[in-house]
Amino acid sequence: MRRWLLRRTAQAVVTLAIALVLIFVLMRLAPGDPLARLSEDRPLPAAQVAALRARFGLDRSIREQFGTFIGGLARGDLGISIEYGRPVTSLMAERLPATLLLGGTVLLLNFTAGVWLGVGQAKRRGGAVDRSLTVLSLAGYAMPSFWLGLVLAWLVGVKWHLLPAAGMEDPLLGPAGRPLARAADIGRHLILPALTLSVVSIAATMRYQRTAMLEVLRLPYIVTARAKGLGERAVTWHHAWRNAFFPVLTLFGLWLPLLVTGSVFVESVFAWPGLGSLAVTAVGYRDYPLLMGTSLLVAVVVVCGSLLTDLAYAVLDPRVRLS
Amino acid sequence: MTRVLEVGNLRVSFPGENGRRYCPVDGVSFTLDRGETMALVGESGCGKSLTSLALVRLIPPPGRVDPKSVIHLGDTDVMALQGEGLRRIRGRRVGMIFQDPMTSLNPVFTAGDQIGEAIRAHFPVSRAEARERSLRLLQEVGIPDAAARLDAYPHQLSGGMRQRVMIAIALAAEPEILVADEPTTALDVTVQAQILEVLDRLRASRGMAVLLITHDLGIVAGRADRVAVMYAGQIVEEAPTPELFARPSHPYTQGLFASVPRIHGPVKRLTPIAGSVPPPADWPAGCRFRPRCPKAFDKCTQAPPPLVVGPQHDMRCWLAEGGQ
Amino acid sequence: MTVLLEPLRRAWRTPRGRAGALVLLVIAAAAIFSPPFLQDPLAQPDPVEGANLGPSAAHLFGTDQLSRDVLSRVATGARISLAVAAIAVGLSITIGALVGLVAGYWGGYVDAALMRLVDGALAIPRLFILLLVLAMSDRVPVWLLVVLIGATGWLGTSRIIRGEVLRLREESYVRAAEALGASRRRVILRHLLPNTLGPLLVAATLGVGDVILLEAGLSFLGLGVQPPAPSWGGMILDAREVLVTAPWAGLFPGIAIVLTVLSANLLGDAVRDAVDPRGA
Repeated sequence: MRRWLLRRTAQAVVTLAIALVLIFVLMRLAPGDPLARLSEDRPLPAAQVAALRARFGLDRSIREQFGTFIGGLARGDLGISIEYGRPVTSLMAERLPATLLLGGTVLLLNFTAGVWLGVGQAKRRGGAVDRSLTVLSLAGYAMPSFWLGLVLAWLVGVKWHLLPAAGMEDPLLGPAGRPLARAADIGRHLILPALTLSVVSIAATMRYQRTAMLEVLRLPYIVTARAKGLGERAVTWHHAWRNAFFPVLTLFGLWLPLLVTGSVFVESVFAWPGLGSLAVTAVGYRDYPLLMGTSLLVAVVVVCGSLLTDLAYAVLDPRVRLS
Repeated sequence: MTRVLEVGNLRVSFPGENGRRYCPVDGVSFTLDRGETMALVGESGCGKSLTSLALVRLIPPPGRVDPKSVIHLGDTDVMALQGEGLRRIRGRRVGMIFQDPMTSLNPVFTAGDQIGEAIRAHFPVSRAEARERSLRLLQEVGIPDAAARLDAYPHQLSGGMRQRVMIAIALAAEPEILVADEPTTALDVTVQAQILEVLDRLRASRGMAVLLITHDLGIVAGRADRVAVMYAGQIVEEAPTPELFARPSHPYTQGLFASVPRIHGPVKRLTPIAGSVPPPADWPAGCRFRPRCPKAFDKCTQAPPPLVVGPQHDMRCWLAEGGQ
Repeated sequence: MTVLLEPLRRAWRTPRGRAGALVLLVIAAAAIFSPPFLQDPLAQPDPVEGANLGPSAAHLFGTDQLSRDVLSRVATGARISLAVAAIAVGLSITIGALVGLVAGYWGGYVDAALMRLVDGALAIPRLFILLLVLAMSDRVPVWLLVVLIGATGWLGTSRIIRGEVLRLREESYVRAAEALGASRRRVILRHLLPNTLGPLLVAATLGVGDVILLEAGLSFLGLGVQPPAPSWGGMILDAREVLVTAPWAGLFPGIAIVLTVLSANLLGDAVRDAVDPRGA
C-alpha cells in the first residue's frame, strides 16, 4: 500500500509538471502579442509599452521566459498582474475564500442531496418518482449554468425580490458589521449561486449513484443481508450503499473540473468575488499573468482532487487496502 | 415429532410478456419435522431455489408469493406477516446458506462483522458479546485459527472457509430450520465433503431441521431422511430416501438416476434425459414432463396429473393410477 | 457501416433514443431550412421604438435591445451552434481515435508518453485551455474556433479507445492476423478500427451536448462567435443588460440550448446502452 501511495503521488507530480508546461505553451502559442492587446484597449505611449515589455520579460527568448516562469514558480512567485499591478498570488489568496465557500457548499449539497436522491431513485426503480427525477436530472444537466443563474437571478432576485442576486455581502453591512449578521448576510447571498451550480452537478451525481446502487442491489450478498433478518434501512445504507459509494467517489475526481468550470460562469453572473470571476476579469483585460496563475491553481486543485479520491478509494475498499 | 414447517400449495408468480404471470413454483407442498433432513432435488430452472426464498418471502420483485399459499412455521403464519414480523423470522427461525459464498458475502466487511451483525439483529447483546459468540461459531464450523479469521475479509479466505463463514452466519441467530441452497456446488470436490460433514454435525448437535436443495443425487444418499424431486415448478415424486433410491417411480426420477455415470462395470454410453428444462413460458398443456418422457401416452397430453399420495411414495404421474 | 447503423437502430427503438433523435432532427431541420422564411437576424428595423418588445404576432419571440427579431436570431444561431458542434466533435473523435489506436496498439514508450501527456492535459479543464488560447488572441474566425474546440475534446476519447484496443489486442482474430504477417497498419484499419466505432459513436453523440454548452459559454464570455453573427451564448450575454425589461431576449436562446443538449444527451444515452448493454 505504501509503495502504491508513493507511486501514485509521483504520478501526480509528473502530471502536474506536464500541465504546467502545457499552460505556458498554450499562452505563448496564442497568436498575437499580449501587450499589443493591452494598448489596443487603452492607448499607451511607446516608452511605457517598452517598459512593460521589459518588466514582464516579453523581450526575451521563449526559453528565457520559461526559465523565469519555472524559477518564479519555485519561489512561489506567479508574477504581477498587468491590470491590478499587484502580485498574482496575493490577488488569488484574496479571492480564494469566497470560491472555497461556494465550492464547499456545492460539494456538500452534492454528497448529501445528490446521494440521497440517487439512492431513493434506485429503491423506487421504475416508479413515478424515479422517472420524474430522471427527467429532471437530465434537464438540469443540459442547462448552461450562466443562463440558469440569470434566470434565477431575475426570478428570485429581481421579480420576487426574495434573495440578493449579486455579490457576496451587502456593502452597507461591511466588515464593521456584527459577525452573526454578516454571516447571515453572506448566507443569503450564497443561496442563489450555490443553487445554480448545484443543479448541474447534482444531476450528474444522482445518475451515477442511481446506477451504482441498482447494480449493487442486484448482488447476492444483499439477499444474504435480508435473510439474516436485517431491517431495510440497514440493508440499503449499511450493506448496499457502502459498496455503491465507490463509483460516486471516483466521480468526485472527474467532477472537480466541472465544478471549476461552472464556478467561472456562476461567479461571473452573480458577481461572486471568487477565483472564477477573477479568471473572467483576467480574460477581459488580457491579463496573462493573472490568467496563467488561475489556470495553474486550477490544475493543482484538479490533480490533488484526483489524488485524494484515489487515496480515499484505497482506504475504504479493503480489497485494495490489503493487497 | 414436532412439525416445524408446513408448506401448502406454494405458488410464486412472475410477470411475463403481455401482462401474463408465470409460476415458476406452482403448487408445492411439503412438511418438515424437527431434526429431519429433507432434500429438494431437481435440475436448474425447476424452481427449487425460489421455493426456499419463498419460505421467508424473499422473492425479489416483481415476483410475488401467491397469497393463497400456505406457509406455517410452527404456529406462525408466514403469509400473514409484514415488515418487522418478517424481519424477525429471517435468520431467527430460518437460517439460509446460499450457493456461492464469494458473492454472498459483502466484500467490505470482515467475517466477524457479518456474523456479529446477524446475532445483534435478533439478540440484544453488546458488540463485545457478539464478537465472543461469533468466535465460538467460527470454531464450531471448524475454521482453524478462528480468532484471526474473525477480522479477515472475504477475499482473504478460501472458498471452503467462506462457506463455513456463511454457515456460521446462518446459525448465528439459532434458527430451528436451516435451508442450504446448493451449499457445495461452487466448491472444489475435496472441500465439498468437508462442508457436508460440518452441516451434518451441526444439525445433530442443534437438533435443527434441514432443507437441502441440490441437483446432485450423490449428496442426498446417506444424508437426507426424505427426498422430494422437483420438475417445472412442481414436486413430481416424494419418498423416504431409501425407498426413492431403491424404487424410483416417476419417469423423471428414473431418468435422473439413469443419467448418473456408474464407475463399476463397463459403460458404453451415458443415458441423459432427452431435451432440457423448458422455461415457464413454454410449459406444455397436460403433463409438463411429457415432451421428455419415454413412457408418455395419450392421457399425458390431455391433462396435468395430480399428486397421488401413496403409503410410501407420493407421485405426480398418470402411471400412478395404473399402479406402476 | 452496419457497426454504426446497428446501435443507432437499437437506440431508435427506445423511447429515450427516439425522443432525443426526433427533437434533434427537428432542431436541425429548423436551423437549416427556416432562416430564409424568417426575418433578417441582423436587421435593426427600429432601434428606438421597436426595441425590447415582448412576444407578439409580428415577433414570436419578441425583440432584443437593438430591435432585432429574437426568433430569427435563435434559428440562425442554431445553424452556427449545430455546425460548430458537428465539425468540432468530428475532429475530436478523429484525433481521439488516432491517438487511442496508436497508444493502445504500439504500447511501450509511445503509449506511456502519450498517456502521460493526456493526463497532464486533462488536469486543465477544457474551458481553461480555451481561455488561455483565446484570451490572448485577436478576434478568432469561426473556423479557427471550431478547430480549437475540436482540438481540446479528444483527450477522454483517446483513453476510452486505448482501453478498447488493449482489450481487442488479445482477441484471437487479431492474433491470427498478426500471425499471418499482416502489417500494423492493416491490423489497425481492418480489425481494430471497426470495433472501436461503437464507443466512438457514443463519444460523438454525448460530445455534441458538451460542445454546444462550451461554445455557448465562450460566446457568453465574449470569446466565441463574434457579433453581430447571432449565437445563443452571445444573445444571453446581450440579454444580461436588459434582464429586467426584456427577459425573453435571454430566455429563448437558453431554452434552445437546453432542448438541443437534452436531446443530444438522451440520444447519446440510448446509443451508449445499445453499444454496451452491461451499463444499463
